[in-house]
Amino acid sequence: MATSVLDHAGAAGIHPEKTGFLSWITTVDHKKIGILYGASAFIFFLIGGLEALVIRLQLMKPDNNLVSPEFYNQLFTMHGTTMIFLAVMPLSAMFFNFMIPLLIGARDVAFPRLNAFSYWVFLAGGLFLNSSFLFNAAPNGGWFGYANLSSKQYSPGLNMDFWAIGLQILGIASLAAGVNFFVTIINMRAPGMKLIRMPVFAWMTLITQLLVLLSFPVITVALILLMFDRLFGTNFFVPLGGGDTMLWQHLFWVFGHPEVYILILPAFGIISEVLPVFSRKPLFGYTAMVFSGCFIAFLGFGVWAHHMFSTGMGPIADSVFALATMLIAIPTGVKIFNWMGTVWGGSIQMKTPMYFALGFIAMFIMGGLSGVMHSAAPADLQQTDSYFVVAHFHYVLFGGSIFALTAGAYYWWPKMFGHMLDEGLGKLHFWLMLIGFNLTFFPMHIVGLEGMPRRVYTYPAGLGFESLNRLETYGALILGFSFLVFIFNVIKSTRSKVHAPADPWNGATLEWAIPSPPQEFNFPVIPTVHGRDAFWEEKRAHGGMMPEPPRVSGAGIHLPNPSYWPFMAAVGVLLLFIALLHHDGKFGPLYIFGAVSVLFYSIFHWVFEPAEG
Amino acid sequence: MDAHALHPATSTGIPNRKLAIWTFIGSECLFFASLISVYLVYKGKSLVGPYPSEIFEIPLVTVGTALLLFSSLFVVLALNGCEQGNRKKFLGWLAMTILCGFFFIGMQVYEFTHFFHEGLTMQKNLFGASFFTLTGFHGTHVTIGVIWLISIFIEGVRGHVPPAKALNFEMAALYWHFVDVVWIVIFPVVYLMNS
Repeated sequence: MATSVLDHAGAAGIHPEKTGFLSWITTVDHKKIGILYGASAFIFFLIGGLEALVIRLQLMKPDNNLVSPEFYNQLFTMHGTTMIFLAVMPLSAMFFNFMIPLLIGARDVAFPRLNAFSYWVFLAGGLFLNSSFLFNAAPNGGWFGYANLSSKQYSPGLNMDFWAIGLQILGIASLAAGVNFFVTIINMRAPGMKLIRMPVFAWMTLITQLLVLLSFPVITVALILLMFDRLFGTNFFVPLGGGDTMLWQHLFWVFGHPEVYILILPAFGIISEVLPVFSRKPLFGYTAMVFSGCFIAFLGFGVWAHHMFSTGMGPIADSVFALATMLIAIPTGVKIFNWMGTVWGGSIQMKTPMYFALGFIAMFIMGGLSGVMHSAAPADLQQTDSYFVVAHFHYVLFGGSIFALTAGAYYWWPKMFGHMLDEGLGKLHFWLMLIGFNLTFFPMHIVGLEGMPRRVYTYPAGLGFESLNRLETYGALILGFSFLVFIFNVIKSTRSKVHAPADPWNGATLEWAIPSPPQEFNFPVIPTVHGRDAFWEEKRAHGGMMPEPPRVSGAGIHLPNPSYWPFMAAVGVLLLFIALLHHDGKFGPLYIFGAVSVLFYSIFHWVFEPAEG
Repeated sequence: MDAHALHPATSTGIPNRKLAIWTFIGSECLFFASLISVYLVYKGKSLVGPYPSEIFEIPLVTVGTALLLFSSLFVVLALNGCEQGNRKKFLGWLAMTILCGFFFIGMQVYEFTHFFHEGLTMQKNLFGASFFTLTGFHGTHVTIGVIWLISIFIEGVRGHVPPAKALNFEMAALYWHFVDVVWIVIFPVVYLMNS
């Protein structure tokens, strides 16, 4: 798919490894790293989707025994963990990587090698987590790993060790990327690209990185304490030793609530790019969009305990967190109305990305409405741990994030790979996804309110759950099939070799000013920006359309050198955490020493390597 | 590491690497804030001894604290020397900084060993668990800082840190200050507030 990037970039010819397997290991090009993120995350997304399908098949009829209760626990834990950390976050990271430098008019991110390191550590963490299936010891204590379910006493196997260690590895990747993209957006903008002129996707990415930087250290501490409990016998979360299981919940949700905004804010950004282009109108209320995003992120740190209403925190804490949670509905509502204001009166082009963007608005409103219902603590006590909650967060995470990411995929595909996706198949994908999604998750509201509990591997006949559960399973199969249509679309369009023009959608932002796919150096000349919607401005100044930009030689443009050391450092990180898992073996300390050596050796080579060609 | 050649100047005028280390430090604040919170939540919750008041040796830790504080001054002087191209000032004060770091680590190793012999382990009670985790992670940060400063020292001796590359050193210095500041919080919260 991406080989065409390489073919054309040959003109820049200053680097040894241009093509082939090694060029992907050593690459520091943000576009190639973006594609690596996307490809890996999509595979993890399919794995997480298969887990969901097995869950749905198990629940298709009452008293089913397709999977054992023990394996069911592993399935729902890995489904949640995979979709959050290995699918939605890295799919967003694909767009951060590929698009942010293009959107702000830069040649790469601030730290290209750190960027490669982030990707390799992410991949290591994903493989580490999923390798647990090989030992029949996949994490089984829920994606939230509640103490003391996750303690050695109640989870004696390696399962939760894989979880606690795997998430730490992924945290390192997210934090490194967080620093990198924060600095990139603050510091690498093209001349004239003031913060308040940036595309909203860049704004939402910036806010997301701040959330990552401030929330991931908290989960890291929680995971370290859990790991110490499990591996070294401390009592942080063991009530017998005086430990407080509530501390885990507080630490986890101080991270966990900002995390849901880490998952949704990039989606908001994508939608804010897609809607104006296909409505042929600038985004309605740009500043309100930016500041409501900031406000959501700020409030996001003050509402964590609404995940804990049923723990009995008392009326004052319950009221404060309930009110703060309701407050978040205001900036979110501002966004929804601004999106509708953008479409209103526009000259709407019903292309595939627009279908998914409009689908996003409808589905996200439904998820938001059930979310506001949870904010009332007394109502939440009835809904918590039921399928109503499952319905809610799938409407915001699938109906929200995945719809938006799919919109982004159809929108930016021509830019990333240089060919168009088929419109007919795209629309088929949309309708199957919309119908399958609603068939799967809408009935969960009903069975949830009727009392069907989450995370239980089966239900008895005669409670009235049978027909709706069967319907949900059919919906899930349609939903799964919709992604086969997407894969078929990708294969068919790639084979058809219909080259995409530089600006197929009459886009508003800078990435459409350069050839599809972009050359290795992105911009032959760094653009100067005079206002928002920079490329629309430029086209207007030139009386409508711009001519197709030529592919030019990049001779004389300095680009960062490829490097093995980010990959090697990531291997060091992986070895270190594997060694921690084996710390009490005969050679435990030796493993740890070896892993630390690999890590330090790689970091020193990295530091002393000349960065630029 | 950064992409100077890609952009003649950054949008804010702040070098990328300097902004990055500040961003990283901001993130680290939350890391230590969480560890300190855990320590405070479990303060007085240990079911068995040894308890903090029985075991702390305030005078020794005060000396360690003072040396770590002075090392922050020394690293400022060393950075100043580096920026002026004054090799003697640069390397001399840097060596002093590293020595202070070594003393602090030595103090902590002694303290941990002593506590261990008194029967305080991570497994013994919540005080041991939260104390060793908090001060252990701080000590790890000091150790990484010392390794970083030693690398700068070796590069400095080889003449590879001219004033134009003072930023290489400034990043380590900023990190070193941060590690000091964390200790300024830990010292009163852990050692002084335990009556």
